[in-house]
Amino acid sequence: MGSGGPMSQAAQVVTAEVVVCVGPGGVGKTTTAAALALRGARAGKRACVVTIDPARRLADALGISGVGNEPHLVGTPADQDPWPGQLWAVMLDAQGTFDYLVNRYATSPAQAGAILANPVYRNISAALSGTQEYMAIEKLYELTESGDFDLIVVDTPPAQHALDFMEAPKHLARLFDNRVFRLVMAPTRVGLRALEIGTQLMLRTISKVAGGQVVADTVQFFTQFEGMEEGFRARAARADELLHSQRTSFALVCSPRRDTIDEALYLASQLSLVGLQASTVVVNRCYPRYRPVSRAAAAALAGTNLAPLLDNLEELRTAGAEEDEQLARVTAALPHASVRRVPFLAREVCDLGALGEVAPYLGA
Amino acid sequence: MLRPPAGGVIARRQRTRRVVQPRPGRAILRLSHDRLSTGAGLDPLNFFSQARAFIVIGKGGVGKTTLSGVIANLAARQGLRALVVQLGAPDARLQPETACLARLFGRSEVLDYEALVLVTGPERGVVTARALRPDIALMEYLHLHGMRRLSRRLVTSGALDVVATAVPGMPDMLVLGKLKQLEKAAAAGLPDAPDIIVLDAPAAGHAIRFLQSPRGLLDAAGGGAVHAQAEEVVQMLTDPARCQVILVTTPDETPVSETVETAQLLEDKVGVKLCAVVVNGRLPVLSLPLASSPAELCEVALAAGALLSEEEAESLVVAGQLRRQRQEAQEAQVARLTSELPLPQLELPFCFSAELGPEQLEVLTDALEQAIAGWAPVVP
Repeated sequence: MGSGGPMSQAAQVVTAEVVVCVGPGGVGKTTTAAALALRGARAGKRACVVTIDPARRLADALGISGVGNEPHLVGTPADQDPWPGQLWAVMLDAQGTFDYLVNRYATSPAQAGAILANPVYRNISAALSGTQEYMAIEKLYELTESGDFDLIVVDTPPAQHALDFMEAPKHLARLFDNRVFRLVMAPTRVGLRALEIGTQLMLRTISKVAGGQVVADTVQFFTQFEGMEEGFRARAARADELLHSQRTSFALVCSPRRDTIDEALYLASQLSLVGLQASTVVVNRCYPRYRPVSRAAAAALAGTNLAPLLDNLEELRTAGAEEDEQLARVTAALPHASVRRVPFLAREVCDLGALGEVAPYLGA
Repeated sequence: MLRPPAGGVIARRQRTRRVVQPRPGRAILRLSHDRLSTGAGLDPLNFFSQARAFIVIGKGGVGKTTLSGVIANLAARQGLRALVVQLGAPDARLQPETACLARLFGRSEVLDYEALVLVTGPERGVVTARALRPDIALMEYLHLHGMRRLSRRLVTSGALDVVATAVPGMPDMLVLGKLKQLEKAAAAGLPDAPDIIVLDAPAAGHAIRFLQSPRGLLDAAGGGAVHAQAEEVVQMLTDPARCQVILVTTPDETPVSETVETAQLLEDKVGVKLCAVVVNGRLPVLSLPLASSPAELCEVALAAGALLSEEEAESLVVAGQLRRQRQEAQEAQVARLTSELPLPQLELPFCFSAELGPEQLEVLTDALEQAIAGWAPVVP
């Protein structure tokens, strides 16, 4: 799918730039991720956006509705100048990615088949918290390794889950380190000796509370997984390295309201705890700043049929002033990050034209 | 459709008669039923008599937490005791949405499992709030059902963590189980029980999975202590006299589309009754005079006796254009919502404030009360 030859590809594997967008829900993360990739395409890069759960219209605009997991080339819309680079989009299919990994790391097709058919696997791969995040990182890793892209922008699930995203590679490893997992695996490793008393007690307790079937399915799942953890672990470690490498940067996305900025700053602090730094803060849906009207003019307008214009200006100026207070908190907390303000656009950002309008606000 | 609850609002109303002036006929639920079907508007007590548990569901960022607080505050104004329930996590990470709820009431606490009283006073009811955690909910459940030893073993063997967090669907079901217990206490009119419970649910996509979890567990696994609980939760979710969903959206394209989708999924997959859809963040409509250019505005203003500089006029014109565009866009989305989702609509205004506190809470509560007074049921 890439345009470069083998040589240029090899060079670009090293330089591929990764941007991870994190932030609370409902602030326009997906849109921002897509606009960042579009910006890259306009700058001549082979850019790819990995989205998790795009709104339908945006998915339609990117041409990825119902197309799971493989990068899709987005054509330049008729009303825009052709991009010197390329814009690709992938809609993450967590289940598909997990299945792919099972197939890849299974020691035999029979093992893969047994796992894929296990109801607990279906449950765990779909519902276990962190699975989607882990799979997003897997996809990111795979795309980076492909050498097909110069820029990969990843959208992440909302706030609290974004932390899971950073920890996702470790998350799976933790699953294998889980006490239950080790206990359950123990008998298969040491032969069919009786389970330790502690293990028996634990499993019995779990089955009393959650039902025997849950225990049976879970034991079966973990047993079937035997031999595959190493592959998963190694890959998780490489994905973790990628997140911490120099070429990966983090964009914090929020809106200029107190609650979303609280969440964003909290995320930033959590990132820094694991040695990661948000280099950019994108503040979506900012009100424009307007000049005030002199007191004399305001007094003269009050009571006329032009008064609503004045009221409106006052309301929007109040909103703007409050936004400035919130933005000041961001600059104070993250002095090294560059803050990009994206104004309210007249229309909702759910097509390529509107993405094109957003893109210029995202960089210097 | 509407069955009178056994205890709940009406029984409680008698207790709170000292603070709420009774009006003739107000306590008769049949009246509220008539009103619901004739569209004569509702008073808040009638509104709250529809169910005991209200689940607030919407896309991320549309104002679920704010609305939950506003609903509870309105209930308290009627002399009711309202409890807002949020989802807590065992790892006790800071949860910005719980801080957000407390701040709405002018408080700075982060919610915990224990109920925090946010509003109380001689002239009003009570608002309390708590964040439910699956692990504590499970322990409580086992204690209440005579399985104290089992609960101790859960802790000592380390299995608590596994059951409460790792079994698919289990954490959600445990929280819903606790909600069900609170709802039953409300129905029985227990002394410490709330009259209504407002659940601030997870963001829309997750909400479906959240509410489906008990049914999923019922289908997946037989037996076990929580199996019976899952059954009872499904019963509560599907009984409109006990539990209803209040959807919330902003009048923007994507949230409206997702709300319509969510509504369908909730009815089809969860079987829960949808009560109303709240349109949050509606810009108060200003009738802005059309002025196509700053120069033109200068002239008109001068005629009205105001001397505007070119810059001032431009400020007014450009700000007016943005407002008009936004108003029109919102109007179009509300119209679309009306045609695609046949539910009573309640509108809350946009607050020109980056932070929502007690002042905005009262404004929004007034607005909700007004909207309910204009309640217009949708006849399918």
